[in-house]
Amino acid sequence: MAKSILAVDDSASMRQMVLLTLQGAGYTVLQACDGVEALELARAGGVDLVLTDVHMPRMDGITLVRELRNLPLYKYVPMLILTTESSQERKMEGKRAGATGWIVKPFNPPQLLATVARVI
Amino acid sequence: MTLDIEMAEIAKVFFQESREGLDAMESGLLSLGATADAESINTIFRAAHSIKGGAATFGFAEVAAFTHGVETLLDEMRNGIRPVTAEAIQTLLQACDCMRDMIAATEAEQPLDQTRIGLLNADIRQILGDPPEAVQAPAPVAPAAPAAPAAGWRIVFDPVPDLLRLRNEPTRMFHELALLGSLAACADVSRLPPLEALDPEVCYLKWDINLLGQIPRKKIEEIFDWVDPGCRLEIVALGEPVPATPAAAASPVLTIPTQSPAAAPAPAADTLRGAARADAVPKPAEAGSIRVATQKLDSIINLVGELLITQSMLSGFAEGTGPGEPDLLRKGLQQLARNTRELQESVMRIRMLPISFAFNRFPRLVHDLSRKLGKKVEIKLVGENTELDKTVLEKISDPLVHLVRNSLDHGLESPEQRVAAGKSDTGTLELAAFHEGGNIIIEVRDDGAGLNKPRILRKARERGLIAEDQDLTDEQIDNLIFMPGFSTAEQVSDVSGRGVGMDVVRRNIHDLGGAVQIMSREGQGSTVRIRLPLTLAILDGQLVRVGREIYIISLLAIVETIQVAADRVNTLAGRTEVFRLRNEFLPVVKLYEHFGIEPDSTSVAEGLLVVVEADGKRVGVLVDDLLSQQQVVIKSLESNFKPVLGIAGATILGDGKVALIIDVPDLIRSVASGRRTNSVRAA
Amino acid sequence: MANESKAADNGAATDSEQYLTFMLAGEEYGVDILRVQEIKGWDKVTRIPRTPEYVLGVINLRGSVVPILDLRSRFGLDKIVFGPTTVIIVVKVAGRRGERTVGMVVDAVSDVYNVPVGASKPPPDVCGSIDTVFVKALATIADKLVILLDIDRLIDNSIIEEPLSGAAAA
Repeated sequence: MAKSILAVDDSASMRQMVLLTLQGAGYTVLQACDGVEALELARAGGVDLVLTDVHMPRMDGITLVRELRNLPLYKYVPMLILTTESSQERKMEGKRAGATGWIVKPFNPPQLLATVARVI
Repeated sequence: MTLDIEMAEIAKVFFQESREGLDAMESGLLSLGATADAESINTIFRAAHSIKGGAATFGFAEVAAFTHGVETLLDEMRNGIRPVTAEAIQTLLQACDCMRDMIAATEAEQPLDQTRIGLLNADIRQILGDPPEAVQAPAPVAPAAPAAPAAGWRIVFDPVPDLLRLRNEPTRMFHELALLGSLAACADVSRLPPLEALDPEVCYLKWDINLLGQIPRKKIEEIFDWVDPGCRLEIVALGEPVPATPAAAASPVLTIPTQSPAAAPAPAADTLRGAARADAVPKPAEAGSIRVATQKLDSIINLVGELLITQSMLSGFAEGTGPGEPDLLRKGLQQLARNTRELQESVMRIRMLPISFAFNRFPRLVHDLSRKLGKKVEIKLVGENTELDKTVLEKISDPLVHLVRNSLDHGLESPEQRVAAGKSDTGTLELAAFHEGGNIIIEVRDDGAGLNKPRILRKARERGLIAEDQDLTDEQIDNLIFMPGFSTAEQVSDVSGRGVGMDVVRRNIHDLGGAVQIMSREGQGSTVRIRLPLTLAILDGQLVRVGREIYIISLLAIVETIQVAADRVNTLAGRTEVFRLRNEFLPVVKLYEHFGIEPDSTSVAEGLLVVVEADGKRVGVLVDDLLSQQQVVIKSLESNFKPVLGIAGATILGDGKVALIIDVPDLIRSVASGRRTNSVRAA
Repeated sequence: MANESKAADNGAATDSEQYLTFMLAGEEYGVDILRVQEIKGWDKVTRIPRTPEYVLGVINLRGSVVPILDLRSRFGLDKIVFGPTTVIIVVKVAGRRGERTVGMVVDAVSDVYNVPVGASKPPPDVCGSIDTVFVKALATIADKLVILLDIDRLIDNSIIEEPLSGAAAA
């Protein structure tokens, strides 16, 4: 069965680009435009990887990761944060919240696929 | 490659959302003036951040680089490092304009205005305190990697016990390492507890790995990039001794080279390309499409579902009627009527957009104008989510701009004048929208000086707009400013513009089937009140009968309907009939004469007078009878025929017949100009 | 003309145009059948003020407001009382201001003919009782003369009301 990836970004163009890249590689992609929506979607389960932007309205990506990690269903699900922040501090904040890793934007489709392949 | 084509499609989405992001930034920046709370700066920052990320991803490096500076400034502001000053806001606003043009130019594949970008970049850097030279020469970021790759590496990896919790799977990392070179891993199992004490979620192992091959250190570091900083990781070139001291657990062992801030493009380096003026950037063609919230579509789908249920219920009656069925039939028909009405409303709602689309430009306009005029003005938007038809929305924008400019220019006083009048030095301009009945009301309110009634009266008399001895109420005096020919040279200024008077504003509003009036109190301010139909597709109409014809008059235009006794009707110059309504004489418009039809009666006393108003004038329209009031869908006569004087359009009544909608402003204009029907033709 | 009458028949021909013909004061007129949208019986119209007499008014055609022209009146022919054969031919025409759907009242619908391309000839200066600017060609079909109308021009001029000789409104 195709792996399901939950892509969370408040920018429609980024979501579409992630969607296009991942679907092209045979993944099933669920989309959410902020942390609140993602959390709601994620509760239904069936997500193999969470890919989230950091800066989003309503609930940011770091909080989303923290919230998800508290759910038994997401104890072991890999979560990657998409970020343009190259600062170590931001990455560590993500790690502390429970992120598996990060992808530094801008990224290109092959790079995204390679990174995703590292976790699922 | 299809991927490229699809990426181009997605890039279009990026352009669109960048424009929306810029609008959000702009309104956010304008609201910062008063209060600089963290959340509003955060919202502005987020918009800039998204634009930068998208621009970089889609390969628009110059947009990304420019936005980076903006983002950095905003980041420092939200972290409290940089104060939020008026100058910084002004620069950021200019940067928004610049980004908007950069995006438009990028989309149109036109050259960017390098001079402007360079100048703004310099401004931003100045606020950031970076000397421009420092950025022009990027700081050396050479990683402290050994110049020559080693023949191989020894990697000691001692992870934290909860390594697995975050899904940092060691086997995956080893798999990737194996892709780099020849791998030999030795696991240390000394920490493994007895099976009964083993927690499957804990990582008890540590590894000692030999990786052979000419592999850059960076590649290895990347693979361990994500592991917890608490893990002990040593990467040593083969042949070098492993440091005996384990790294302090608190600090990350790896030194990951931090990227330097993206270098800004050299300012003014390319003056030739800078020749492309910002205002020459072509705007992307306005698409005839509309973005509809999924919620609205879902509601329509639900209604269609209900309609189908009603339909199947009703079709059941075709089988024959049993006792009690007439009641059910009636119930079914009621349900059908309700479904139809709701469906109609929902479909109409698709075309409805919040008025914020028109309001959003005003904070910026007011900000810029008040600076220019040396006035202090605070703008308030009320009811921005009030929805109205897209076409009405588009057409009301310009009249609103005119009214707002007028308020700022003539209504609101300078800070000194305000203080002298005992008011706060900051004036308030309020744009408010709300629904009232089937209409939307838009008000432009200011707390300025109000209209100067004596001056208006004097001017109107000078210009012969009113008679010398005419007695007017305060309200009537105020509304004289909407009269054609009232705007004077005296009023022309840089701000209010030239040539376009308030009469044009009123004309535009009437063309939308709306009405406008102004109320003002000296020293306290003015309110311009615009009443508009929610949509141009539907009209609340009064059906009237003249002879055998049925016409529709917009309820918006109707003031009242009266029956007039014969002794209250006078004939002027032996021709025009007028009647007295309270203290006013109004002309009678005989529809039968106007439209050349055979009425029940030609006498004013035997019919009804529908008093209608447009352009500040009232007339009584003589009809034989008033029929029902109903909402009608407006059909154009032009699509298959041509515009007809005095007729605004047509509609289809319940019996399938076409009825014509009377163009009240045109009817009134024709009375004023003495225009008459061409001929009364034989019926 | 005798030759042309043989060429025109009711059979399908590859290089021919189909015309719907109708009667007006004893004469037969043809319109390109591709322009005909439908034929419907006479029904009451809603009058439009300030229009020439030949504009009878508008009707509701499945939600569209469609003007109805009285062709007799348009051509300056005698008025008759509309009877059971009176029909409205609804045509779609291309005009100076885009496409329009318009109904024309005629005495009766006659037939559908194939007129081979080249089988018709340009109109003479005077053509029956109507202005030749509206006549595209003349065809002789089964020994009858059929006046093929330039329907685009006729409707466009009728609606935009450019003064044309012999086609004046009442």
